[in-house]
Amino acid sequence: MTNPLHYQGTDDYIVSNDLQNSVNISVALKRPLLIKGEPGTGKTGLAESIARSLGLSLIIWNIKSTTKAQDGLYVYDTVQRLYDSQFGEQNVSNIKQYIKLGKLGEAFESTERVVLLIDEIDKADLEFPNDLLWELDVMNFYIPETGETITTKHRPIVIITSNAEKELPDAFLRRCIFHYIDFPDQTMMKEIVHVHFPDLENQLLTEALKAFYWLRTISGLQKKPSTSELLDWIQALTIGGIEPVKLSQEIPFLGALLKKNQDFDLTLRQLHTRGTENSSRAKRGW
Amino acid sequence: MYTNFFYALRREGVPVSITEWMTLMEALSIGLAESSLSGFYYLARAVLVKSESHFDPYDLAFQKYFQGIENPKQLLEQVSQWLENPLPPKMFSEEERNELLSKLGFPDWESLKTALEERMQKQDGPHHGGNTWIGTGGTSQFGHSGFHPGGVRIGGESYGQSAVKVASERNYRDYRTDKTIGVRQFEVALRRLRQFSTRLDGVKDQLDLDDTIDETCKNAGRLKLVWTRPRKNSVKVIVLMDVGGSMTPYANICSQSFSAVHKSSHFKALKFYYFHNCIYDLLYLDASNNPSKAVKTEDILRSLSSDYKVVLIGDAAMAPSELMMSNGNIFWDLSNEEPGITWLQRISKKFPYNVWLNPLPEKYWEQVHGYQTLKIVRDIFPMFELTLEGLDRAIKKLMVRK
Repeated sequence: MTNPLHYQGTDDYIVSNDLQNSVNISVALKRPLLIKGEPGTGKTGLAESIARSLGLSLIIWNIKSTTKAQDGLYVYDTVQRLYDSQFGEQNVSNIKQYIKLGKLGEAFESTERVVLLIDEIDKADLEFPNDLLWELDVMNFYIPETGETITTKHRPIVIITSNAEKELPDAFLRRCIFHYIDFPDQTMMKEIVHVHFPDLENQLLTEALKAFYWLRTISGLQKKPSTSELLDWIQALTIGGIEPVKLSQEIPFLGALLKKNQDFDLTLRQLHTRGTENSSRAKRGW
Repeated sequence: MYTNFFYALRREGVPVSITEWMTLMEALSIGLAESSLSGFYYLARAVLVKSESHFDPYDLAFQKYFQGIENPKQLLEQVSQWLENPLPPKMFSEEERNELLSKLGFPDWESLKTALEERMQKQDGPHHGGNTWIGTGGTSQFGHSGFHPGGVRIGGESYGQSAVKVASERNYRDYRTDKTIGVRQFEVALRRLRQFSTRLDGVKDQLDLDDTIDETCKNAGRLKLVWTRPRKNSVKVIVLMDVGGSMTPYANICSQSFSAVHKSSHFKALKFYYFHNCIYDLLYLDASNNPSKAVKTEDILRSLSSDYKVVLIGDAAMAPSELMMSNGNIFWDLSNEEPGITWLQRISKKFPYNVWLNPLPEKYWEQVHGYQTLKIVRDIFPMFELTLEGLDRAIKKLMVRK
């Protein structure tokens, strides 16, 4: 590839071929990459992995429901200035010292190329993404208080994650490259678990994954267990010293996988029917 | 330049815009599709499709458009013989690619396919490094390890899976939005009612602390208060739900939506009334349709302001007499002086923001038992399917006067 910025995943983050593709497409086209997917599929981890893989530093802008687009650009600390003017000895005529750049401003100002992660953009107000359109497009903004324009020296690689709590505005979507992270299949999940638990017994892993994917097929679960819950569960299994053979009969520490009461009941019922089909599987504990 | 693919996507309901299309063209021109069909599949999807709910329509359009691109077996075998002992992969520089691009442009698949077949018939052996025959390392449209902006890669390295095959698996069928909805989705959809809610009406009775401090500071420290409107949802909703009778099969869906509306108690006001088949003088307060727990429809029309948004849920399928005749009420002991249609028209007139959600799939609306009344009701209220997509459109509709 002629492009020196070519993302290929890192040792601690398993990336599928098409996600890798999407990242490289967005870098080459200089468009923000919008990542959606089930919770726990590693949306946030992707940005860290990109930064590490390309040797760039990472700036994270966590979005909350109260975050405004302006916060990401800069904040004019008027209170500090007023305070200084009354009590301080500082010269307050220099407004510049009261302008504090936000995360987006930081990314623009950086002397090196950075990876900018805008995490969970759907938490903010509906207008939020629209307010950022211009800045993300032209990669500069103007500070009227000082008459300065902050322009990017190196266009940051922008990664945006969303949990689909709100629909994002069309105008915003049009400017993004979109990728939906699928839930990993068993083979890929094996690799992912392996990264986190390199010493895990193969048999335990196979049995655990079997049980895990069986659990996910139960229809009507309110919250399907995700990757991060699987990892917690496997940790619990290793600490508890559970024999792999036991996993075909029962699911210990079910609470690590399921977080809702109704799901618990539903699963126990299902486990029961599975048990009656095969009388040796009647015994269980959690 | 694949323009027909653009229209194929739009036909399947993928909202592709010109901007995105131009982005795709830009991406193709810098060689991001890696001149393979699967490369193109993922590239076009990343650039053009912005929601996983459109992945399935995308797959369908892709399948239709690129159908038949998997060459017949015998053809492939013959060609792969010619492709043995290839030249080393040739990396084409950007200029070379651009030059080729301007020279050759993007052919459409139709002519490409014809050309391939034609050349298959004429070619008699391996050709490498050229620009016409099927071979390797060249700039012909056919072969591998070479480059052609709209070429067919035959054999050689690939992502391992044919794009058309990926498309035909339709892995994203479950993410379609026209499937019937679950409670959580209903809640998410209803939440949109809040987002669209206007902040224009209401009194400025809340102290805007940030702006007050800002303004005071700008005012050289002299207090200057700034007031703002509270960020409350101003949406008021009336839900009118059909229960019993022909609605029984949909009871489950309705109870789900009921619980969803209950949970999302963020509306400024939420009124819930029931009816059976059609609305007459009385609206019931619970699902038992007991006349002792009822209010007069007239009172509701009079007392509630017309900025209430009305959501009717029902199948609108009934006997024509129930809708059109006086004394048509399905409950024998209840007579009604005015036909149901009059009441429906009154509601629609009084509350201009209204929608009717129908649990019957739209494609049956023309044929279902009771389609005559369904059609009449549809003329009075904008009707939508009770699916996520239908609800979406309904809520958008609710925000504008019809």
